[in-house]
Parts: sequence; C-alpha cells; structure tokens
Amino acid sequence: MDAFCRLNGLVAPLDRSNVDTDAIIPKQFLKSIKRTGFGPNLFDEWRYLDHGELGMDCSKRPLNADFVLNQPRYQGAEVLLTRDNFGCGSSREHAPWALFDYGIRAVIAPSFAEIFANNCTKNSILPIVLPTETVARLFVAVEASPGYRLSVDLEKQQVTTADGEVFEFAVDAFRKECLLKGLDDISLTLQHVEAIKAFEEKKRVEEPWLFGS
Amino acid sequence: MSAKTLYDKLWDRHVVRCDDDGTCLLYIDRQLVHEVTSPQAFEGLRLTGRKPWRADANLAVPDHNVPTTDRSKGISDPLSRLQVETLDANCADFGIEEFAMNDIRQGIVHIIGPEQGVTLPGMTIVCGDSHTSTHGALGSLAFGIGTSEVEHVLATQCLIQKKAKNMLVSVDGQVGVGITAKDIMLAIIGKIGTAGGTGYVIEFGGDAIRALSMEGRMSVCNMSIEAGARAGMVAVDEKTIAYTKGRPYSPKGAEWDQAERYWKSLQSDPGAEYDEVVHLDATSIQPQVTWGTSPEMVTSVDGCVPDPANEPDPVKREGMQAALTYMGLTASTPITEIYPDTIFLGSCTNGRIEDLRAAAEIVKGNKVAANIKRALVVPGSGLVKQQAEAEGLDKIFLQAGFEWREPGCSMCLGMNDDRLAPKERSASTSNRNFEGRQGQGGRTHLVSPAMAAAAAIVGHFVDVRTLEV
Ligand code: SF4
Repeated sequence: MDAFCRLNGLVAPLDRSNVDTDAIIPKQFLKSIKRTGFGPNLFDEWRYLDHGELGMDCSKRPLNADFVLNQPRYQGAEVLLTRDNFGCGSSREHAPWALFDYGIRAVIAPSFAEIFANNCTKNSILPIVLPTETVARLFVAVEASPGYRLSVDLEKQQVTTADGEVFEFAVDAFRKECLLKGLDDISLTLQHVEAIKAFEEKKRVEEPWLFGS
Repeated sequence: MSAKTLYDKLWDRHVVRCDDDGTCLLYIDRQLVHEVTSPQAFEGLRLTGRKPWRADANLAVPDHNVPTTDRSKGISDPLSRLQVETLDANCADFGIEEFAMNDIRQGIVHIIGPEQGVTLPGMTIVCGDSHTSTHGALGSLAFGIGTSEVEHVLATQCLIQKKAKNMLVSVDGQVGVGITAKDIMLAIIGKIGTAGGTGYVIEFGGDAIRALSMEGRMSVCNMSIEAGARAGMVAVDEKTIAYTKGRPYSPKGAEWDQAERYWKSLQSDPGAEYDEVVHLDATSIQPQVTWGTSPEMVTSVDGCVPDPANEPDPVKREGMQAALTYMGLTASTPITEIYPDTIFLGSCTNGRIEDLRAAAEIVKGNKVAANIKRALVVPGSGLVKQQAEAEGLDKIFLQAGFEWREPGCSMCLGMNDDRLAPKERSASTSNRNFEGRQGQGGRTHLVSPAMAAAAAIVGHFVDVRTLEV
C-alpha cells in the first residue's frame, strides 16, 4: 500500500447522508476482476446521464452537469466532504478503489460505516470524522469560496483551513502507523506465525470438528 | 470471573494475541468466498507467492452473477462468465472446495452455509460480503469484510481487529399473527436507524426472537448490517442444536457430543453488561413496508408516506425529499395506495424454504394482479428449490403467474440479467432499497415474503392479515 502523505487538497462537497457503496460504485462495475480503473465510474449513476457499463469510454458519455464532481470548480478534488454514515451498505472494496483511482485521498464526514472506513485505511485513503457542526460549517465555507482547500496532517491528526483554523481528529493508533508507513497487514500478521500455529494446535483439541477429517 | 455476553465469549475464544492498544489478531474458523469480492484477493496471493493458510477452512460458491434461467448454455454475459470462471480457476489452483454453478448445492452464500452445516455455532465466520451477519443466527460471530481482508484471511487464517461494543436488542413479548422476522427487523431498523448499530455487535434477544425459527433468526441477523452493526447474533438454544444436527458438514458421533456440550454454553451470562440496550414491544409491530431509499425509511402498512415538511432537521428533510423524488411518491400517500409492477421473492434475507412456504400460502389458488408485469421466485439454493418442488410450491407459484427460477442473488442487486428498468417499482423481499440497487432508476419497497405475495395478488400493498384467501 502507498504511504499516506500530508495533504493540501481541493475540497468537493457531497451534500447527502447515508451515501451507500452501491452509489459510490454501482454493481455492474464489480464484474471487473482488477483492483484499478474504477475512477471513471465513481458515482456513475449520479455522474452521467446515460447508463454505464464496464468497458465504456467514459470520456464520450453525457455528464450530469448538476452533479457536484462535474462542476469545473471541483475538478482535481482530493478531499471529499460529506454527511453522516458515508459508505454504508455493501462491503465492496471497489468503493475505496474507485475513490482512490479518481484522486480522493481523504473523506471528511460526521460518521462512516465501519467496513467502508476499514477498507479505506487499507487503500491509502484517510476517513476523517469531524463533529456534525464542524462539517456543517465546512460545507458553508466550501460552497462560499471557489478553490477552497484543506490541509490534512495525519501525523498531528489535524485538519487545517486556509485561515489557519485547526480541527483535531481521532485515528486508531495501529491504522495511523500503517497508513503513515504504507505497511501491509499480511506481512505484519505473518510476524506472528508461531502464535497462530500454537493457537491452532489448541483449537484442534478443543474443537476437532472444525478441522476436517 | 465476571459475567460475559455471547459476543465477549466468542471474541475471547478466538483472540490469538493482542497489543496494548487493543489491536488483536482474531482467528477465523470459516471463510466463505464468492466470485465478486475474491478475484483481487487470489491475485494478491499469486503476486506475493503466498498460499492459503488452511484451504479447508474455505468454501466457495458463485451466486451474484449466475443466471436464474436455464443454465445449460452457460452464462451469456461475457463479464459475468469471466468472473465465475475466475472463481472456478482460483478454487482449483488453490485447492479450495467450491459448489460450482451446476452443483445442486449451489446457492446464495449465506443460504448454503447454514444449510450445509458449513457454518456452525461458536465459529468466527467471514466472507467478502456484508450480509455475512446472517450466520450469527447460529450463535457464531460472523461479519463481512473487504477484499484486502479476504486475502488476509486466506494467507493467515486471522484478521486484525479491535473489539466492538455490545448491544442488546430485546424484542419483548410475542408478535401478532402474520408478523414475520422481516417485519421485526425492519421495525428495529426503523427505530435505531441505519447507523444505530455502528461500532456495535448486536445480540438479538427477547421472547419474540426466541420464538422465531432458525430461518427467521437468519432473516433478522442478515439485516444487522442495515442497522450499521458489525455483526448480529442470537444465543444458542435447542432450536439451534436441532437445526444443526445431521447437516452434511456438521460434526458426527463423538465429535457431535463434544460440540453440542460446548455450543450449549453459547449464551450471555446472567448479569452480563451491554454498552447499549434497546427494547422493542413485539405486540406493537405491524407489517412493515419501506417507502424510501434507505432501510430506515420504513413504516407500517397502515401508515402513509411521511411528509418531509414535518421533519425539523434540514439534512434529514432534504434526504427525505430526495428519496420521495427518486421513488416517485407524494408525501402523505397511504402505503396501501402504492402499486408495484414487479415482485421479487428471494435473496439471502428471504430465500429460504420457510419464506417460500409463507408466500405460497398467500398465493395459492390466486392469480397475480393485472398491473404486475413480472413476479419472480428465486429460491436461495438448489436444495431449497428442490425441497419447494417436492412440496409442490413451484406449481402454486407458476399457476398464479409467477416465474420459478434457478437459485442465486438475482434481482436483489441485479448483477445478472434480473433487474428493474428505470422507474419500475418492486415489492422485494431483499434487504436494500438503495437508489439503483435493483437496477438503475429502479424503485424498491422492502417487505416480508407474505407481504410481497399479497401485493402480487392484490396489485398494491395491503395488510396481509386482512387478506381473504
Ligand atoms: S442475495 Fe443480495 S444481499 Fe444477499 S449476498 Fe446476494 S446480493 Fe448480497
């Protein structure tokens, strides 16, 4: 996984709560057996006026001009600002893959669905929880000022506005370390091979029916 | 030793090691694998030269992409075909058992696990699928994971996790006649909201849950994720033991005796403390129908589509307005004046034999109403289908004008050819009414199998208890 670096990014506001992973990346794109290339289909049903299928040339498709990510002022956004329970529903990791492929590096919301937030941290995306009132204020600020950017410092666990206002956020210490160093979970776990084997041996005795015959 | 909840017990029993900050390695007993969320995980193993830690702890089945019509000619959509063939090849390469598309045991992953005894009480069970919570009905800790974690479990038989909080949802008293597990669960979600369970594992308890069949408990646990919870579970009782006994992959002989002794301890201790307790009065639960684009947008069949004007919170108000626009509904419309054109009976929520029986009872001797363009019955597995046919349920559905299909996820998410066209409106026994879930622009109302069957016969939503059949 890529390490998460400090970020100063353009912010795009997605003013909805309960945005589900079906909306982030609709099912037809889940037929891909790859991890990459989902960016053009991020929010496909909101972003385009036609029906998208895997393999279509998205540059030729009619855009929904009303959708926030299609507005010229939000092109190149790296921070997505949104409302409660972002990423609910399906566990598809294609959702963070699509966000990352599109260029999003951090998502700010008052709350996230758990599997989605977990999947983000395994794909170099930082989910940042800020209080509802702070998020509401940021929405007003973003919409009022074109080119609005926020700085994200994972090391210090701070989001900073252009005016220098600072918002602290919480992050799991283990996940923080992994994100900062771009660590791979599997290699970390395999440092404990002996512990896993010992556990398994005990289990074979206590619950032999779990181990085939 | 202090009193433990069921979740505490299952968690403690599977911890391999923990760091000081509570980050633990959790041992996983069983992984279920389907074709959509696994190809990139197998690819990861290949790229790193890793092998499955314990191939025999995994079972694979294709379900999302499979056609529900005649399968003798294979899958016509080349992308779906490639995904299913990729699963076949990965299972062959890595030595993982698979119920392939034409195996009689094939079906929706969350239906076949309990059906085969592949998922058992006391296990930790994962799958790259959020509805893995279904298996918690057997007194196990079961939850959905992403593809990176599928690879992690394949490679290490463990997951890196922190413990969630404990929530008890107690459904007190008994539900009335005609009220099903689905109605109970929709009522719970209506009460606590789609994020109400975030950060928790929910144990479902109370008289009404104890009274449910194992199938009913599976329907309840299935939708734990729709309440935002990491997992849902029900304590082991005699029903759990009876259900599990004699299944193909269940333990036999002396191992059965040993297992049964252990499983009988899988309840929360008296006096165990929960971080949150929610009570629901079972006697007040009415048949439920969702009206919006989130499962929490739900009301009783005798209710009306709510008016956003009455919602004080501006963010919620806008969400309601957007949902009504998407659903093509006007505020204050009685639920019984909503006319679906499509009926979908199936999914991992309601694709079990009990669900088909409940629907068939309503359908029997009736015809599908003229405004219903399509009515599908998609059994949850090949064995459910076989059982239903042995009971003559297929004939009841066919005579009424339903289509009788092959098992799979089908119109629950429409990755195969079964989907809603824009503006089509379904009465669906599945679990998600999200925008576009059943097909781009499609409009979904979640209901119980009996309520879907009643809507099919009458042509609009109706209180199944008032139906004269
Ligand atoms: S039936 Fe629906 S919810 Fe269940 S596994 Fe299949 S797609 Fe997912």
